[in-house]
Formats: sequence, C-alpha cells, structure tokens
Amino acid sequence: MEIYELTAHELSEKMEKKEISSEEIVRSIYNRINQVEKKLHSFVTLTEKEALLQARNIDEKMRKGGFRGLLAGIPIAIKDNMCIRNARTTCSSHILENFISPYEATVVKRLRDEGAVFIGKTNMDEFAMGSSTENSYFGVTRNPWDMNYIPGGSSGGSATAVASDETILAIGSDTGGSIRQPAACCGVVGLKPTYGRVSRYGLVAFASSLDQIGPFGKDVEDAALLLNVLSGYDENDSTSVNLDVPDFTKSLIENVKGIKIGVPKEYFVKGLDGEVERAVKQAIELLKNLGAKIFEISLPHTEYGVAVYYLIAPSEASANLARYDGVRYGYRSPETEDLLEEYEKTRGEGFGAEVKRRIMLGTYALSSGYYDAYYLKAQKVRTLIKKDFDEAFEKVDAIVTPTAPTPAFKIGEKVDDPLQMYLSDIFTISANLAGIPGISQPCGFSKKGLPIGLQLLAKPFYEEVLLRIAYTYEKNTEWHKRKPKL
Amino acid sequence: MITKEEVEYVARLARLKLTKDEKEKYTKQLADILKYINKLNELDTEKVEPTSHVLRLSNVFREDKVRPSLKQEEILANAPQVESSHFKVKKVIE
Repeated sequence: MEIYELTAHELSEKMEKKEISSEEIVRSIYNRINQVEKKLHSFVTLTEKEALLQARNIDEKMRKGGFRGLLAGIPIAIKDNMCIRNARTTCSSHILENFISPYEATVVKRLRDEGAVFIGKTNMDEFAMGSSTENSYFGVTRNPWDMNYIPGGSSGGSATAVASDETILAIGSDTGGSIRQPAACCGVVGLKPTYGRVSRYGLVAFASSLDQIGPFGKDVEDAALLLNVLSGYDENDSTSVNLDVPDFTKSLIENVKGIKIGVPKEYFVKGLDGEVERAVKQAIELLKNLGAKIFEISLPHTEYGVAVYYLIAPSEASANLARYDGVRYGYRSPETEDLLEEYEKTRGEGFGAEVKRRIMLGTYALSSGYYDAYYLKAQKVRTLIKKDFDEAFEKVDAIVTPTAPTPAFKIGEKVDDPLQMYLSDIFTISANLAGIPGISQPCGFSKKGLPIGLQLLAKPFYEEVLLRIAYTYEKNTEWHKRKPKL
Repeated sequence: MITKEEVEYVARLARLKLTKDEKEKYTKQLADILKYINKLNELDTEKVEPTSHVLRLSNVFREDKVRPSLKQEEILANAPQVESSHFKVKKVIE
C-alpha cells in the first residue's frame, strides 16, 4: 500500500510512532499528483516547495519534541476561494487570476496552528457558482471514476483530489450543496457544518447567509478530525457562533440503537434515479437492522427549495460581487474612456457566463418594483422551509436522503441549460436555507461504476449525531474502501 | 416576463457590459428561470415573516480600539494601477 492511500488518522498514528515523517508523506502525495493531475486537473495552484518546507519544519519540531498539532504533518488541499497569506486566491475566476492574498483565512490559520501542510489550491466553479466545476476559468476537473463525467461542484477539485489520493484531506465551501454533492459524485465523505459553526473570515463571499466551510475526508473519522480543527468562534466573523465545540472524534461510536431517523417522502419522487433510490433504501434498511428507528416524515415545502435558493443566493451574490470593479485588486479592462466604462468592461470581461447570469438574476430580484415579488417572497418561503425542519426535528434526531437525484452527469450535458443544472442541487439546498448541518458519504455505485451518496441532516449544532450515524454505517459497509482506477 | 430592454437595464444597474449574444441568451435563460421561480406564487405567504438570516442576529459590536492592520504596501500590492500611494482610476470629475 502506498503512503498516499492512507487516511489522516492512520498517518498521524504512524507519525506518532515515528514510523514515517511528514516529508515522506508530502513526497508521496506529490508523486501521486505527478502521476494523475494531468488527467484530472484538481488543482489551480500547486505549492510543492512551500509544502516540503512546511513538512520539514514540522518534522524538526516533532523531533525536538513538544509539538502535538492535531493534524501535524498531514497534507491538506484548500479550495481556491479561501485565502492563504501571500498565495494566489483566484476563485477560479479571470477577475482574480493574479490576486495574492495579503491575509490568511481563519480556517487556514487554524490548520497551520495544528501543523497541517498545504498542498495547493483546488479548482472550483467560478466564485463557487455551479454544480459541476465546469464553470472554472482554468478548465474543467474530471471525475476520477470516469473522466467523461463531472466531479460535482462547486468544490469539485477538493472532492477529486481526495478521491484520487492527490491529498489526504481537503476543505471546501457549501452554499447550496457544494461540499456534499461533489463528495457524493466522487465517493468521499463531505460535511457541511451548521451555519455559524466555522468562521467564514477569509472565505471569498458568495451568499453570506448560506456559505459555510467544511471538511472532505476519505472516511468519517477524518472528517471528524478535520471538523475539530475548523470549528469555533472567531471575532473576525460576527456570524460565527460562540458555543463550546465538542470533540467530534468522541462521536465516532458504532451504535445507532434507538436513534430516530426520518425519511422524508418528498425526496423519493419523480426525477430520482432508480439506482440512487435503491442504494439509499438499502442504506436505510441497514441502519434499521443496526437498531435505528426509521420513520416516514414530511418536509412539505421541499419542492420550493430550488426556487427560493435561486433568488436568495444570486441576490446576495450580486451585492457581494459588487466589489470587483478593477480598482483595488483584480483584473482591469485596458483601454477604456471613463470610469463607468472601466467598471462595465472590467466586470463584463472578468466574470464568466454563470457568474454574470447570477449577478443579473440577483440584481433583477432586488431591483425596484421586483423586490417584494421575488426577494421578499423567497425570504418568506425560506421561513416555511426552516419550519418544516424544526417540526421534523421534534420527532426525529436525524433525516436521511439521497445527496443528489442522480450519480454524476456527463461533462457538457447541462452547461447550456442552467435550470437543469440548478435542479441537481435539489436535495442539498434546503440545509443551507435552514442553516442545518449535513454530511454525504458513499452508499453504493451505479452500474456504470459511479459513486452514489447518502445524505444525513440534523438540527443546528448536532453534527455529533451525523458523525455517529455515518460512522456506524461506514463500519458496516465497504463502499468507502473502493478506489478509482487511474 | 423579462424583455431584452429589461436585461439591458439590469446589466447597467449591475455594471456589466454584455455582448449582443449575451443579451439574447440571458433574456431567454432568465425568462426560463423566472418562470420556474414563479411557482413560489402557489404559496400564500401573507402572514409569514421573512428569514434573512438563520441566526436572527442583531448588530454585533466590538470595542472601538486601535488594532494592527495591513501595511499600505500590502494593500496596494494587488492594485492594477497605483500612483503616489493611491489607487489610480480614470478621471471622475470633468
């Protein structure tokens, strides 16, 4: 077995016993990257020199004794919408192509403090807008299970890098499913924490009331380990919540006896792929056999989630992306006559098609005369969606659903049909609107050999329930052990 | 529904220069998306409060204390054009 195939908790154990050094791990990861990155294109920027330097530094500190970071020496890939000081942060956009961040995101600082080693910045849909990683200025990322298929998005680079062993861990951001859906498409574990659990400081803002950073791992234990490092209050993000953070690795208990799990009937309807339905129902059956109590529940406003999301997220985005004007940083269109033309051409040339489409949609929804009909209406239906979950969680501890209605689709299949693309997020969006945590883990494969994801949802700040159920499921299945042939 | 003139108006509000092709494409695509979004009108929301934020925060204040910030050179390092410690842009006032 190669070093790069191991998990973070396995590698930490080996480092603890001095069987392996961080430098060896990083070298193994870069060997793997050199083998497969040309085919996959998971990364926008690779930082091998810095990573080796960081690794040697940690090895040195550990040799001297005293250093016991939670992720000491473990390679991690960072989605390219989070700032590493003095490194490029592009958001996979032309407009930020040459932006070097003068400061560090809080999650990056936390990772650095715990000794994690930064391998590079991963590819994504431009400004995290998309479900396929096709909307990147730097080109598409490919699904490691089949190169003709999308890896999901928007954190497709992070999911692909973990699935193909180009990194041990990765982080992504999830505004409407951008961690969970690519995790499902690539057959890895991805977790979106409760809104407010993780600081967003240094995450390039897309839709501020929905965005949340979270972990990717090869198994549930790695996701829990990484969540421990990411979580916690930050005075630089006043929407991060000042609550004690539990040790999430304590939730890794193989026992779901008596846990009440709801199956929402609205998620098993027309449009759900047959193979996905079968895999998810088998997973539910297994959880039942392991002692969980399964209930049919109703989330009656499920069908309105996509419509609400595609008003609220673009509206917030249109305001957040107003800052890209070519004045203080980023691309500036050459040869313009006056300041207004400079703004318009800079933005027209600097943003890609999907970003412009969403800015247009959001600006329209917020414009005079349409605000009440669209934006306010969406905010009211958001209340109803949240209420559905509040009521469901009075009866159950967790909810189980498919992560996405189909396995990964083909590259190019939905690029010209934005509405169809938006509908691929139908099962993940509601969690962001309600602010609740969710996890996706592999629960099977389609006949074509593409992974299928199982999603678990819980009430705000109950990530522990998700981890316990997911861990129990994982201990009783083998899906997470499969590797793509590359 | 949305017309090409409205698309042009919204593009001006959003400070986006669009090509002729883009205007046509967005007119059609935004119309499709808005048609789908109109399904929200099936719901009676007369008595429902809007949710702008799940945490229901009011203002969060901190003490007004001087703290270290980025250096001027760091701030200016990413600027497309700089002149004597300022961001340089096209003339605004005639």
